[in-house]
Amino acid sequence: MKARAEALPTQEMLINMGPQHPSTHGVLRVILRTDGEVVVNARPDVGYLHRALEKIGERVTYAQFMPFTDRLDYLASMNCNAAWAWTVEKLAGIEVPERAEYIRVIVCELNRISSHLIAFGSFTADMGAFTPFLYAIRERERINDLFEDICGNRLTYNYVRIGGVSADLPDRFLEKTKEFLDYFEPKIPEYNKLISYNKIFVHRLANVAAISGGEAVAYGLTGPNLRGSGVSFDLRRSEPYSVYPKLDFDVCVGTGERGTVGDCFDRYMVRINEMRESVKILRQAIAQIPGGPVMAKVPRAFKPPVGEVYFRAENPRGETGIYLISDGTVNPYRLKLRAPSFVTMNIFEKVTKGLMIADIVAVIGSFDIILPEIDR
Amino acid sequence: MEPKAIFEAVKGKFGEAVVELQEEGFRPAFVVVSPESVREISLFLRDDPAMKFDSLMCLSGVDYKDRFAVAYHLHSLEIGHRIGVKAYLPREAPSLPSVDGVWPAANFQEREAFDLYGIVFPGSKDLRRILLPEDWVGYPLRKDYKYPEFYHGIKV
Amino acid sequence: MMESLAVSLVNAVPALSGVPLWTMTLLVMVVVAAVVLTFALLYAGLATYVERKVAGDIQARIGPNRVGPLGLLQFLADGIKLLLKEDIIPAKADRFLFALAPYLVFIGSFAAFVVVPFGVGLIASDLNIGVYYVMAISSLVVVGVMLAGWSSNNKWALLGGMRAAAQIVSYEVPVGMALLPAVLIAGSLSLQDIVRSQGGLLGIFGWNLFHNPFTFVSFFLYYTAALAETNRTPFDIPEAESELVSGYHVEYSGIRFAFFFLAEYGDMFVVSALATACFLGGWHVPFLDAEALPVAWGNLFSLGVFLAKALGLVLLMMWIRWTLPRLRVDQLMRMSWKYLVPITFFNLLGVSLWLLVFHGKGIPRMIASLFG
Repeated sequence: MKARAEALPTQEMLINMGPQHPSTHGVLRVILRTDGEVVVNARPDVGYLHRALEKIGERVTYAQFMPFTDRLDYLASMNCNAAWAWTVEKLAGIEVPERAEYIRVIVCELNRISSHLIAFGSFTADMGAFTPFLYAIRERERINDLFEDICGNRLTYNYVRIGGVSADLPDRFLEKTKEFLDYFEPKIPEYNKLISYNKIFVHRLANVAAISGGEAVAYGLTGPNLRGSGVSFDLRRSEPYSVYPKLDFDVCVGTGERGTVGDCFDRYMVRINEMRESVKILRQAIAQIPGGPVMAKVPRAFKPPVGEVYFRAENPRGETGIYLISDGTVNPYRLKLRAPSFVTMNIFEKVTKGLMIADIVAVIGSFDIILPEIDR
Repeated sequence: MEPKAIFEAVKGKFGEAVVELQEEGFRPAFVVVSPESVREISLFLRDDPAMKFDSLMCLSGVDYKDRFAVAYHLHSLEIGHRIGVKAYLPREAPSLPSVDGVWPAANFQEREAFDLYGIVFPGSKDLRRILLPEDWVGYPLRKDYKYPEFYHGIKV
Repeated sequence: MMESLAVSLVNAVPALSGVPLWTMTLLVMVVVAAVVLTFALLYAGLATYVERKVAGDIQARIGPNRVGPLGLLQFLADGIKLLLKEDIIPAKADRFLFALAPYLVFIGSFAAFVVVPFGVGLIASDLNIGVYYVMAISSLVVVGVMLAGWSSNNKWALLGGMRAAAQIVSYEVPVGMALLPAVLIAGSLSLQDIVRSQGGLLGIFGWNLFHNPFTFVSFFLYYTAALAETNRTPFDIPEAESELVSGYHVEYSGIRFAFFFLAEYGDMFVVSALATACFLGGWHVPFLDAEALPVAWGNLFSLGVFLAKALGLVLLMMWIRWTLPRLRVDQLMRMSWKYLVPITFFNLLGVSLWLLVFHGKGIPRMIASLFG
């Protein structure tokens, strides 16, 4: 046997997965070193979409940076908008009217649902089942319609303002949102029936790339990826901001229900369950929302005091942190965007050792990365 | 633990290596340390039972015009407190020990600081340019960065 | 058979008596081949349309509806588009093998149509080794796919080609094993004989599907394994769009790509036709014996029945494709060698013993003999 192996030398293969590849969710490049189908090493190479957002941030005013945050995580623009607004408000100590905070939470949670829908849809498409993707798109379309009512845009909203939101909710918006929630809530068990507990699907994901809780924390995983590893940590609960303390919801964690805690299936399931929690939050927020103004008084030439602030918000992909340094002028002195997907990619090389090529796709999908946020 | 208490504890342990506490206008407050001792202090902050900073939220390079800085934002999931650690570096050949052995999360962010500020992290597992092309000249986030006219003959 | 057809043609049309017999035979062969190929291409074209409509229906959208009534002519538009597309051959590809591969795949898929028993007398060539012929000729597909993967000089294509080779070769075993019960029962490898052996008993209980428990299981084993042999979801790992971009045909464009595409649909029909002929009684239906009808009507009727059954199975394949996710390559191999192969072996043994013990009688026939 040994002699035969020597007679037939094998060779590792170097393959470029991306930057153009259907399931790298954008222009991610993974340099694969494989032994046949088995991955020896998968090294991510990021930066193909670098737009120097941090440098741009130093040259525009605080308010002007808002549209750029849309392009940070374009599947969750509302969340990024709001994160920027909260950071600047924290720095400058601006009191935001309560109605505006409620509106922000409503749009953020709607956007979380729509982002998780894409995560769910594209993940199942990566696994070879294309149908759930279109189901997810169908539901997301209704959320886009709602956002179009609010601000006229369907992808990059630029709706939140420093000190509030750009406009009050349109007529019948809350009723329409409620109708959507009534329509959407029964869809989640439908997804589970359709694909989540499908035997092939479970076999593809269970025990693949399991990350222990300690490892996830050390590698800086956040959001659903961290919770998928069984760590019950959600910024909306642990470091409450905005009106989240007034809202009741559960933090979904991975339980290892089909394999090991922290495997791809757990990360997937956390997202499915979080959509349900977002529906819960939305129902409460709609019931509680008070009347009143939606914009605080913020001067046109807005100059925050000198200082440094780090604010982090729980976005669909994890903790979006913004480290903002002000020197008292109209432009930020330094702003660092700590993008959850960027930090998540750090663990990629470690967890993909020894997997199959098909699993690489599963890992990328289960991390739910988004490239504009990685590359900024 | 309050920033003040953390500062006292670290100061008590490391003495001269801990320079000051930046509290007014800083959220979270920063413990300013000397760059050489960053690794030891990080290990202490991670492992001390009263600290337990198991999570590095964010690592950023900063250009303060007269000097550079690296800012670490730490958080403890177990205890739930936060602190910032900052190390000031000279403009000439900025360099400080890598902490990716303490928090693996640091690696990509250190690479980013290296890429955009030219801050070197000796002891890093893998320190290469990350966002920019490997042959990019200069460090764009430095305040004195000159925009290049051409890149490989292409007008920028 | 072609020769006898030619003879009868000459007898029927005296004007042709001056033409040598071999010319007539050749002519008949060409005409028959043209008819079969036309059917195959028309079917493949329409199947792509149906596939897209089925996909649309399952995915809560409409599907093609612009070209012609209900979008029925979409496949023509697609065909013309593919014909007019630039034919790209990568600079570093092996030009000869690259050009050859699509034809091998196409031939392997469509040559099998020759022995499909469409009706009582509608079979292009009733070979006495029909089943064996299909198995052999469809193996040509592996060669073509491997060549395509290799000659493209693309690592994704190579991976796809290797996967395809491993998969098709592995699944040939269970496919063959699962078909053998039908051969054993009929005592012949000719597909027409196999269909004939399933007549009688109200036209449905004669089917091999109901012959005994082992053949019943055998049908599902065959269908599963055949699904894998045609590279359809959930076994489409050689193409695996989301992993290997699109596997072995990633570098192909235009009409060469169309050949791969058509071959896939051809394969689907062939395996469905085989399942129909071997397990679902071919053109037999309840209450109406096609062989007792006048020749023309009998042929037409049996053709309709056969196509309905076979296309039903094709439709089922489409349904499965748009419902299930994809297996991983090791899981696929494990399924073949650890589950399908042993089960089909056991099944074959069971059928043989059954035939030995009960003298070739199936359960329905035994029940029928109870009631006289």
